[in-house]
Formats: sequence, C-alpha cells, structure tokens
Amino acid sequence: MNELTGHAWLLPSVSLWRREVVRFLRQRGRVVGALGTPVVFWLLIGSGLRNSFRLPNMDQSINYLEYSFPGMLALIVLFTAIFATISIIEDRREGFMQAVLAAPVSRTAIVLGKVFGSTTLAVGQALVFLLLIPLTGIHVTLAGIILAVAALTVMAIGLSAVGVLIAWPMDSIQGFHAIMNLVLMPMWLLSGAFFPASGASSWMGWIMAINPLTYGVATLRHALYMGQELPGSQYPAPMMSWLVSCAFSVTAIAVAQRMISRKA
Amino acid sequence: MSEKACVEVESVSHQYGKRWALNDISFQVYPGQLFALLGPNGGGKSTLFRILTTLLSPTKGTARIEGADIIKQSHDVRCSVGVVFQNPSLDDRLTVLENLTHQGHLYGLKGVPLRQRCHEVMDEFDIDDRAKDMVGILSGGLKRRVELAKANLHHPKILILDEPSTGLDPAARLGLFTYLEKLRTADGVTTLVTTHLMDEADRCDIVAFLDDGKLVALDSPLALKQAIGGDVIIVTTQDAPAMHEKIANRFGGQVDLIDNGVRIERDRGHEFVPELIEAFPNEIDSVTVGKPTLDDVFLHLTGHQLARDSHENVENNR
Repeated sequence: MNELTGHAWLLPSVSLWRREVVRFLRQRGRVVGALGTPVVFWLLIGSGLRNSFRLPNMDQSINYLEYSFPGMLALIVLFTAIFATISIIEDRREGFMQAVLAAPVSRTAIVLGKVFGSTTLAVGQALVFLLLIPLTGIHVTLAGIILAVAALTVMAIGLSAVGVLIAWPMDSIQGFHAIMNLVLMPMWLLSGAFFPASGASSWMGWIMAINPLTYGVATLRHALYMGQELPGSQYPAPMMSWLVSCAFSVTAIAVAQRMISRKA
Repeated sequence: MSEKACVEVESVSHQYGKRWALNDISFQVYPGQLFALLGPNGGGKSTLFRILTTLLSPTKGTARIEGADIIKQSHDVRCSVGVVFQNPSLDDRLTVLENLTHQGHLYGLKGVPLRQRCHEVMDEFDIDDRAKDMVGILSGGLKRRVELAKANLHHPKILILDEPSTGLDPAARLGLFTYLEKLRTADGVTTLVTTHLMDEADRCDIVAFLDDGKLVALDSPLALKQAIGGDVIIVTTQDAPAMHEKIANRFGGQVDLIDNGVRIERDRGHEFVPELIEAFPNEIDSVTVGKPTLDDVFLHLTGHQLARDSHENVENNR
C-alpha cells in the first residue's frame, strides 16, 4: 500500500520544476528563440538609437546599448514568464495537468514547481546574456553580478507567478495573446527599461511609479553599477527598489497559490 | 454480496448552469469488479468521472471510495485511486521512464523503491523495452499502456478510466481489456470504466446505464439482456417510418424506429418472421433475427439508440 501521509509538496514541486527545465532544453527552437530574441532586440534597438537617445538633465548622450542593457535582462525574464504561462495552458489542455490535480499533491507544489522552473530558466538565460556586458561599457564587479542574479531571481519569481495567475483561468492561448499585448508588454515598456520616467509625460510617469517592474529594473541597474555612479538620477533608491520587488513577488506567489487552491 | 462496497455513490447530482448533468445517482461497486458506466456522450459519464476523481465537487450528494469521502477526505481518495484520463496525460517530451518517475514523485515515491516499481509496471504492461523512448514517438496503443502503467504505479486499489479506448484501433482496444483483466486477477484491482461502446461494456461484470444524467439500469450485461428476453428482429425497408407504423398497428408490442429500419422485440422470433413477410410482401428489403445486445437494452430502456452515436465517435477519433 502507499505510505503517503500529510501534504507532500517538496518532492512533487522539485519534480515539476525539473520537468520544466528538461522540457526547455529538449526544445531546440525554444532555446534559440529565448536566447536570440533579446540579443537581436538589444543590438537592433541599441544600435539604432545609439546617438539619438539622450537622458534628461544630462549633457552628453549615453550609449543606448548601455542604457537598455538592464531592461533587456528584464525582457528575458518577461519572455520566460510568458512561456511558462503558455505552458500552463498547454498542460491543462493536453491533460498533463489533470493527472497532477488528481494526485495527492498540495496545490502549492504546483505553483512552486511552475514558478521556480520558470525562474531557473529565466536566470539561466539572463546569465548567458550577461556575457555580452563587455560590449556595453558597464564595468561590473563580481559582487554586482551576484546581486544582479538575486535581483533577476526576485523579478522572475514575481513575473512567473503573475503568469500562473493569468494562465490558470484561461482555456486558450489566443486569449492569452491579448493579455500579453495589453498588460505584459506595456508593463515592460513602462518600467524604465526602454526610457526613463523623468523624460516621459507626467501621466506616464505616474504609471511608471506604480509599475512593480520599474523597481525590478532599478534593482538590476543598481546591481550592475554597484560602487559606481548610475548614469542619470531618475531611478528609485536601492532600498526602495528591493523592498517593492520582494513584496511584489511574495504577493504574486501568495495570490497564485490561493487561486489554484480554490476548488473548481 | 456481503462484502463491503469499495465505491459508494450516494444521491449524487450535478448542475451546470440550469442543466442537471447528473440527477440523483446512487450505486455501489464491490472489490474486484470490472464496472462500466455506459451511456451516450453528454449522458453524464464524464461528470461522474470527474466527481469520483475529486476534480469536481458534486452539487448534491457525495461518494465514498475505500471509505473516504470524496469531498471531505479528497487527499485519501487521491491516494487510493489510479486515474486514466481520456486525453493523454503524458509529457511527450519526456521518456517513458521519466514520465513514470515524475508520477512516482507526485505520489511520494522516490529512490530505489520507485525505480523498482517503475520497472515492475513497465514489465506488467510490456513496455520495458521502451523505457528510454520519448513518449511522443510511441503509437496510440503503446501510449495507453504507459498511461495504465502510470496510473498503477502507486498500487491503487481502484482504477478509474475515462473512455480509455479513445483513439485506439480494435486490436489495441482488445489488448487494453486484457490488461484490465490481468490487473484484476493479479492485484485484485477494482476497475471503473466509462465508455460509450457496447462491446466494451459487454466485457464488464456490471454495467450502469447513464442517460440524460439518470441511472436507467444497473446489472450484469447478461441479466440486462435476459430482461428483454426473446429475439430482436430488424427489418430494413425503403420507407422505415411508414413500415414502423404499419407493424406497430398490426402486431403491437415493442416496435421501434431505428436508423434504416424497424426493430421489433418478440419471443420465438423465427416463428414471427414468416408472419411478418406474409403481412407486407414486396415491402421488406431484409429481415435479421438475433439475440438482444446491450444496444437493444439501451434502446428498450430509453427509446433511443446508443450505437449510432458510438459509430460517429469511433469515426471522429480516427
């Protein structure tokens, strides 16, 4: 007989987590797309706007490749969270998720498996992207890299949990595309990844101030420029950024967990 | 039967919007039985399946599996039940062994005992030579066997299968039931299977007919067929509705209009056939006499056919 007692969650969530990573590595298209897309975006946009972009209150122009680099790391995290979201919809449609739901597994394990699986992928890809940092002119320290990985992890947990929240009640990928274009992409565009709040119109500045991703991107900037002066001064302070980012991720996971635990 | 039932369904009703998908269903399943929930699509089988596997809470009533309440003790129910879904629940991008290992983790199995158990079930369902193959490249029949192996990994006492033969060719369907028999004799597993196919229900010990959310019959296939008694005569003709009316008026009894003809229930059918042909010379294309099938039972009880529905489904699933 089975010797299952209590709420088993650690083993199932690790198993679900590992599945996410194994699946990713076996889909060559996904690996190439995930790594290639941000690189191409960054090189095209960064080189295109190279000399047209100037930070407000600064005399000389900043190399846009440099300005947009932290934002591209955030974009990698966002793309991975989007993939995680789509995979939830697929898992539900194909029946894989049914088998998990019919097993004596706590719902928390399902959320944790998905979120940490997606976080692992996001941070892994971001690390590969970080290899391009010599092209930007940012002089990053080892401590800065470690702090950046921590910042990416917090951000990835938050965005993946939001992905779970969005995907769970949804039954088609078509519906998801609308949410992606209306919510997730604007969230990134208005995070300071693309342009700073100080140069935008004031209503947009307000949206950027309440966008949690603004603080996530700021934690990344602070990490990458650790011990140096940040170009421009329009970012939330380090302490504030970390607090908001962590609070956002914890809240997102808690809400996702509650949503999945609710009986169908 | 004096043994204690292992599945007890008590006055289960379920409502989707205004429609009652299940209407006051009660029955028991006893240990070791092969139990079929037979009915047309939309009859309520899948809703009942989802309720028994704790994926859905009934609007009214409840059920107990191995004594555990499906609503209040869903964790215990999930531990004692193995589930095979109609849609494949395997990950195509994992190998057979990886899929089984993952399933074991969900049920709290790990390490050497898990590995041993994986090889045991792969052996039992003859997929041990496919352990390292990606599930995505396997045939439909093989995938079903992996599903069965997966559902049996944690030694469930009760196996619940939803339309397990969906998408399988006849040979694979036959194989499936051989494995279910094997599980019963070797491990004493009780099996509940939903189906819309008569020949599958015919292989079970007990058949529950579900139609329009109601339980219309519950007995062994043999007893159900004997209850109709006599023979079933099928008449094919050019104008079936007219013939139906004529036969009903002239001979009375149970006469039904079916797809391309008229169906009559009669004792001593061979004596009735000459009478019938005498009565309507030149109007009858063919007459066949046979023993009642479960389809006849279903028609007798509900007034509509199960078979036509199932043919369409077999076609659709190809």
